[in-house]
Amino acid sequence: MADYLPHTEDDVTSMLSFLGMDSLDDLFAQIPQAVRLAKGLDVADGLSEPDVAAIFAGYTSANKAKANAMTCFAGGGAYDHEVPAVVKMLSNRSEFVTAYTPYQPEVAQGVLQAIFEYQTLVARLSGLAIPNASLYDAATALVEALNMARGATGRQKMVISSGVHPHWREVARTFARGTGHEIVEVPLRDGVTDWESVDVTDAAAIVAAYPNYLGVLEDLSVAKELAVANDALFVIGADPVAAGVLKTAGQWGADVFVGEGQAFGTPLSFGGPYLGLFACTQAQVRRLPGRIVGETVDSSDRRAFVTTLRAREQDIRREKATSNVCTNQTLMAVTAAIQLGWLGTYGLREVATRCAQGAHYLYDELLTIEGVAPFSTQPFFREFAVRLAKPADQIIAAMAESNVLAGLSVSALSGGADPSVDGAIDNVLLVTVTERRTKDEIDHYVNVLREALTR
Amino acid sequence: MNAVPQPGGRAASAPLMGHETEPTLFEMSVANRSAYQLRTTGVRATALSELVPAAHLNPEVVPVAEVSERDLVAHFTRLSHRQFSVDLGMYPLGSCTMKYNPKFCDAIAGDPGLNAVHPGAPASLSQGWLEILVTLEEKLCAITGMSAATLQPAAGAAGELTGLLLMRAYHEANGDHRRRVLIPDSAHGTNPASVTLGGYEVTTVPSNDRGLVDLEALKSALGPDVAGIMLTNPNTVGLFEEEITEIAKAVHDVGGLLYYDGANLNAILGAVRPGDMGFDIVHMNLHKTFATPHGGGGPGAGPVAVAAHLVDFLPGPKATRVGDGYFNWVAPPRSIGRVHGWHGNALVLARALAYIDVHGGDGLTRVAQHAVLNANWLRHRLRDILPAAYDRVCMHECTLTATPLKNKYGVRGLDVAKALLEEGFHSPTVYFPLIVEEALMFEPTETESVQTLESLAQAIERIAQRAKDDPESLHRAPQSTPVSRVDEARAARQLIATADAVR
Repeated sequence: MADYLPHTEDDVTSMLSFLGMDSLDDLFAQIPQAVRLAKGLDVADGLSEPDVAAIFAGYTSANKAKANAMTCFAGGGAYDHEVPAVVKMLSNRSEFVTAYTPYQPEVAQGVLQAIFEYQTLVARLSGLAIPNASLYDAATALVEALNMARGATGRQKMVISSGVHPHWREVARTFARGTGHEIVEVPLRDGVTDWESVDVTDAAAIVAAYPNYLGVLEDLSVAKELAVANDALFVIGADPVAAGVLKTAGQWGADVFVGEGQAFGTPLSFGGPYLGLFACTQAQVRRLPGRIVGETVDSSDRRAFVTTLRAREQDIRREKATSNVCTNQTLMAVTAAIQLGWLGTYGLREVATRCAQGAHYLYDELLTIEGVAPFSTQPFFREFAVRLAKPADQIIAAMAESNVLAGLSVSALSGGADPSVDGAIDNVLLVTVTERRTKDEIDHYVNVLREALTR
Repeated sequence: MNAVPQPGGRAASAPLMGHETEPTLFEMSVANRSAYQLRTTGVRATALSELVPAAHLNPEVVPVAEVSERDLVAHFTRLSHRQFSVDLGMYPLGSCTMKYNPKFCDAIAGDPGLNAVHPGAPASLSQGWLEILVTLEEKLCAITGMSAATLQPAAGAAGELTGLLLMRAYHEANGDHRRRVLIPDSAHGTNPASVTLGGYEVTTVPSNDRGLVDLEALKSALGPDVAGIMLTNPNTVGLFEEEITEIAKAVHDVGGLLYYDGANLNAILGAVRPGDMGFDIVHMNLHKTFATPHGGGGPGAGPVAVAAHLVDFLPGPKATRVGDGYFNWVAPPRSIGRVHGWHGNALVLARALAYIDVHGGDGLTRVAQHAVLNANWLRHRLRDILPAAYDRVCMHECTLTATPLKNKYGVRGLDVAKALLEEGFHSPTVYFPLIVEEALMFEPTETESVQTLESLAQAIERIAQRAKDDPESLHRAPQSTPVSRVDEARAARQLIATADAVR
């Protein structure tokens, strides 16, 4: 028997007597006997913390792919970036961790101001004026962007480059079952979106990725022109780390920016909780999904922050709300503000630059190996795809024996064939380099891959 | 054994240092000041212009911040001191289940063996994670009386929408195109918003004078075009829907499904299971019932469990036991597809499993019993000042009304809520549910001691006295907090969402 309940037996007895009751069971008399659980839950009895820790030690030892044991060259929307002690400790402060949504601004200025700072950073990195307070992850942020496009245009056709991460596209297809959106996926040729291959007439949104999920830097002016010509919203899913040095979504003419904010201080975490970044132009502000924090003053004219434009939200507008989002990912947004504060203007640029340097170094070395061919001739930033002489999943398994997580199998990521890949997909490997990878680790990767291909 | 315990445990003892404004990170920045330190990699520092075509490079430097590590720490520490939290004091926010978040569960999630694992790593290299997901799914199903679950939805609202898409997939697989979903008028706002996104229309069902679904009104709203009903039980007033079996039968008789909004699952752990009440689809808020910290508004987790006839439609791929202690990803045969970029909020899921393991079936049952005990004690203790909207035994939360204070002294529920902040308590939920006038919904949770409850009650007694003596002071409350009442209208009228916004 272990729990965190304060009541002693005497407490329970005296509290029940205050209520004029004899037993705890009297409290549940309103539940019809016919549905009551007669024999209690079929869940094992409680264990002490050390006993549970021992069970979890079994789980953690079975996770061979942990980044502290296996050098991580996997990315695809989840990145092994440096998270310093100061960011971990600040973001784990229990005032941030154990607060609720800031409904009472008088006692929630800490979280509200941190979100305001986060929103400022999202706006700067996206080049768009109106950020929100975060969404669940990039995939669900894309869904909200599509819903916004429907609201803005009254149309339902969503034209999405297959350079957008396969999981984000799948999530968009799932939610389209409810909204009735028509999802049109545009194939890639040589890693670049072949916009001309689909009919974009009546599109509500044109969605591109930057860089795309296979790492390629596409010229987005083509997509922008299509969006303008068809009066559709232009949505860019961009890597926010690259935004430290690459053109911002706003500079490419986006109406909406979505991105994955995990790279800003959140560990790999087996995929969650992550951070859905979202920003849009001023023109779309009334359609903004989720929460937004605004600056105002208190009754003594001091600066204060508060969640605002609440009239869009589900608890007020109910079935007419712009979104059903209630809880978002505030702690990850606060963490991102802290991590970006630590990186600063030049640290973020340095991280982005080192990612690109490491990735290009590895790419050049890999192409010297027999059995490795380029996937695309186009420029890339911090990740790239290659075609191998063997199936990617085999190579990943073989390299794992040398404690290298070689990357992601594009076939596994896509769940089979995908319009982003011409020809055979099984042999395509997606490789990522972050600022944490050393030259020695990269050289080791090259040797291990060479060996795996010849085995 | 005193019937009236000694008060104790008010956060009003916390030392807050002054009322000055904290500068923003941007206001603190000084050119060329920095905090970052990166690993020495030995990779050649090729100029970016040699790696990336000029057309892609931003000609401008995007300003982020320029602060020292020491200033960064001071800034966010000061911000943290301007923030109420469960760790600081009682947070009786109704419908939100702000119970104590065990530190042990956070420590579990902080282990690099869990948090340093890439979500795209092959199953063979992440067996521990897959086993955690499978084990949690099994336990959640045992707790709710369902057959299988998806752990992907990142929050309760995401779970609702997932559940509605499952409802839709089920009906469509039967060649059955339905149009409407029923929702009681006491429901959370996420319910109708999710219904719209699920492609259905909302039909609102009125409550009766006992605060429960009006069964006759429900029956008259039913028809062959009804896809299902979304119910919270106990409902948002904190009362158990006593006619649940009749409701279930009526909905099932027209071919509809029952959706259980798990916002209030904490009340019934070990007492009754949604599956036994007749529900087909259940979402759980792990950040409520299973005590994962709310993070100032997320992350949460909103797994959805379903009855046998809906298992094939669950989102996938799902972590699955494939025999002999091995786990793999398997897509259900008629899956609606992914509802999350990866596998859900995995670290939240791990915390919830640790919480369930520590408590066990016996501990979880006590959790509900003590949560209901605390709510009823508080309801009864406050009956002379804030009467219950429906005066009878409640479940884990009690919906009280400030109408007597309003009628006598012009003091509204919001004033009481704000004055409580001065007293060192977080406010209850104000003006929800919508069907109760001047509603103040208190959910004390099971982790507050009777001394803390007494302290809250005495604070409310003092506020009632102020209402009589100096009601004007309550309209100005709170004054001792980092800021006083904020001008919400101004924030909405002139949106300043970033430090760069035009003022």
